[in-house]
Amino acid sequence: MITFDAVTKRFPDGTVAVDDLTMEAPTGEITVLVGPSGCGKTTSLRMINRMIDASEGQILLDGVPVQSIDPPTLRRGIGYVIQQAGLFPHRKIVDNIATVPHLLGWDRKKARDRAMELLERVGLDPELAGRYPFQLSGGQQQRVGVARALAADPPVLLMDEPFSAVDPVVRTSLQEELLRLQDELNKTIVFVTHDIDEAIKLGDRVAVLRVGGRLAQLAAPKTLLSEPSDDFVREFLGHDRGIRRLQFVSTEGLRLRTDLTVRDAAGGSSEEPWRLVVDEQGGPVGWISWSRPDELEPFGSFLYGRDSMRSALDAALLSPSGCSVAVDDEGKVVGVATREALDEALAEAADG
Amino acid sequence: MGDGPPSLWEWIGRNWDTGRAGSIKDLLIDHLTMSLVPILFALIVALPLGLACVRWRWLYQPASGLMNIVYALPSLPVFMLLISVTGLSQTTVIIPLAFYGVAVLLPAVVGGLDSVPDHVRQSAVAMGFSPLRRLLAVELPIAVPVVLAGLRVVAVSSISLVSVGALIGQGGLGGLFTRAYQNPFMPPVIVGIVLIVLLALIADGLLVLAQRVLTPWVRVRKGVAS
Ligand SMILES: Nc1ncnc2c1ncn2[C@@H]1O[C@H](COP(=O)(O)OP(=O)(O)OP(=O)(O)O)[C@@H](O)[C@H]1O
Ligand SMILES: [Mg+2]
Repeated sequence: MITFDAVTKRFPDGTVAVDDLTMEAPTGEITVLVGPSGCGKTTSLRMINRMIDASEGQILLDGVPVQSIDPPTLRRGIGYVIQQAGLFPHRKIVDNIATVPHLLGWDRKKARDRAMELLERVGLDPELAGRYPFQLSGGQQQRVGVARALAADPPVLLMDEPFSAVDPVVRTSLQEELLRLQDELNKTIVFVTHDIDEAIKLGDRVAVLRVGGRLAQLAAPKTLLSEPSDDFVREFLGHDRGIRRLQFVSTEGLRLRTDLTVRDAAGGSSEEPWRLVVDEQGGPVGWISWSRPDELEPFGSFLYGRDSMRSALDAALLSPSGCSVAVDDEGKVVGVATREALDEALAEAADG
Repeated sequence: MGDGPPSLWEWIGRNWDTGRAGSIKDLLIDHLTMSLVPILFALIVALPLGLACVRWRWLYQPASGLMNIVYALPSLPVFMLLISVTGLSQTTVIIPLAFYGVAVLLPAVVGGLDSVPDHVRQSAVAMGFSPLRRLLAVELPIAVPVVLAGLRVVAVSSISLVSVGALIGQGGLGGLFTRAYQNPFMPPVIVGIVLIVLLALIADGLLVLAQRVLTPWVRVRKGVAS
């Protein structure tokens, strides 16, 4: 656990970057620091590994003040990932990843094996091991940055806007990769971003900072969206707070109808304006209406019980039928969520 | 130069290694000594000086200013001044050339260290490099291409400038030019020019080779550059 105990950072020019910050980043969780530019996120992060020293208060790592640990030793036990990856241009990928094991004096082979293992772990082709950083795409470099930070298996990982320099598609896959890795590794992660969506997606807990380095609110993402503590947080969360909150509402209890699926255009009840055509394997093919029996209309689907209400609603909006198709892991139709069913679930979500 | 007149080849044959001072071979060795020693000296001085200038920024302006003034001094009066101390020796030629070398290499070393991207330096710090280890394992290697580029300039200009030493009778191959001054006979001049240019090309080629071996990460970059 990382503890900020009344930490203030005043730079020599008088700028107060962090003001009386008290918070905890629990072991095995992702704590996100989010806030507008200049609110002291990077400064807070760097005080943990003593790249910046606090002016007042103290930071504890599992109860031990970081001030009492010699900086190189402290840092070798804390992974650090930054926006531009910060890879060494003159070292091959494998050697970049093995940097900290090397500093710790592991033998060559062990460090190398560990690096190769991590390369695969972060989803990179082992062939890249012999390349130099400039021969990799931005997204690949960022993965190498993560692998390098994990190389010596540090219990703590600090990440400063690690994914903000890559395009949105790559960013999404990196975020998912991080969540998957975290599932396996259970590191104590402090993650800095200025993107509230990223904060909500990744954070077990999100700390919103305001300019001047003051903590505005520290809460689980769901709580943050439903109960912002003040106008600043509310504004920072943006306008579609309600929709985004649906991300945390499960589709598990959603009422489904199973009587709307048919094998061909002639099947099904004539009472129903829309019927869902499925293929032999039970996968969805398209919606069909009595008025245009030759034309299949597009459908939207979600993983039943796994995807959120936000996805279910999104799927409904994708189809002229207004219904959303629930599928299982194998892509087979489980049932159909009609407008009425979605309405019910939304009303429930608004209450809870 | 294969098609030179036979008299040129005859002249070379007769003067290559006469066993007396002033043979072409002797001059060549003198020339090499008087150009290589300043290059080495410049490297040995400019590296720590450059490091100090990066560490203490205020030092850089006065240090490079001073070197530039030395660089600007015309060589003839410098020779005259030095003769009173070191006489008509090779040292008199080597000293100013060494200073010229430092004047060119100092900005190269500082520029090389400045070329280390800030995020690379920061991540080295964050991974727990000690300052010395960071310098040796990260900053200096990344500075190598820029330093080597400076070294190429120093090497070529040093090899070419040695001939000025002929003014005081210590010009290495430059000595071949003063002979022609006394006696309008072309072969020595041609041999002098060709050998000096050849030396410069070889030195430059070796440095380019060194660059490729030491910094494969730069060479590949050029190949792939879009
Ligand atoms: N070395 C320094 N000297 C003086 N002021 C500084 C220094 N480093 C940062 N600051 C100031 O401290 C404040 C917080 O900076 P910090 O880098 O922590 O912000 P940030 O939240 O990471 O912002 P961004 O999202 O833009 O990265 C800013 O006002 C910044 O100008
Ligand atoms: Mg920052």
